[in-house]
Amino acid sequence: MKLLYFAWVRQKVGRSEECFPLPEGVSTIGGLVGALCARGDGYAEAFGDPARLRAARNHEHVDFAAPVSEDDEVAFFPPVTGG
Amino acid sequence: MSVRVQTADFDIGAECRRLAASNDRAGALATFTGLVRADDGLVSLTLEHYPGMTEREIARHVENAMARWPLLDVSVVHRVGRLVPGDRIVFVGTVASHRKHAFDAAMFLMDYLKTHAPFWKLEERRQGSTWVEATVADQHAAKSWTRGR
Repeated sequence: MKLLYFAWVRQKVGRSEECFPLPEGVSTIGGLVGALCARGDGYAEAFGDPARLRAARNHEHVDFAAPVSEDDEVAFFPPVTGG
Repeated sequence: MSVRVQTADFDIGAECRRLAASNDRAGALATFTGLVRADDGLVSLTLEHYPGMTEREIARHVENAMARWPLLDVSVVHRVGRLVPGDRIVFVGTVASHRKHAFDAAMFLMDYLKTHAPFWKLEERRQGSTWVEATVADQHAAKSWTRGR
């Protein structure tokens, strides 16, 4: 799957995007957050407090109960601040 | 309907003239322009966005507005990249036969832009840069449209 990171999530992780194989046993956005946090270092900093994060799957806002599949593009970011 | 996400500045007058001429039944053109405030020694404001999702998300809210009010035309322009105090950030223009629809739709679009469109603002000051945090007030403003405002 393709993962994208924005704002301080991007800064803490150290990259704006990457290809990431969907870990076995992970079927939701929340599960993906946990798996990313477990990678440690910048990932633990970025994903350690899920309440501070929002997600989009294939360009649509989703909550952390939403399902994910290997073909998805998932983005993680702070609450938006445009306008 | 026009949705543009761009680094280049926009001309409010040109946007208004185009919208005002767009339809014979136009009786009202309401606009909003967002500017970079010179708050507390702000040096610059950099807007990051999610190419592909940004345009689609804004267009979705414009379609919602056009379904909810009898609008004749809508234009949204949102800049990205590095801006400085005084710069124009965003323009929303709505055209309707009557002013209440144009005003309400413009407010609706701004409330949804602030809470759903994937932009993030980085404020640069002499001491360093910080990410702007989303506000509860903006969340409430967006939610209030679902209670039949």
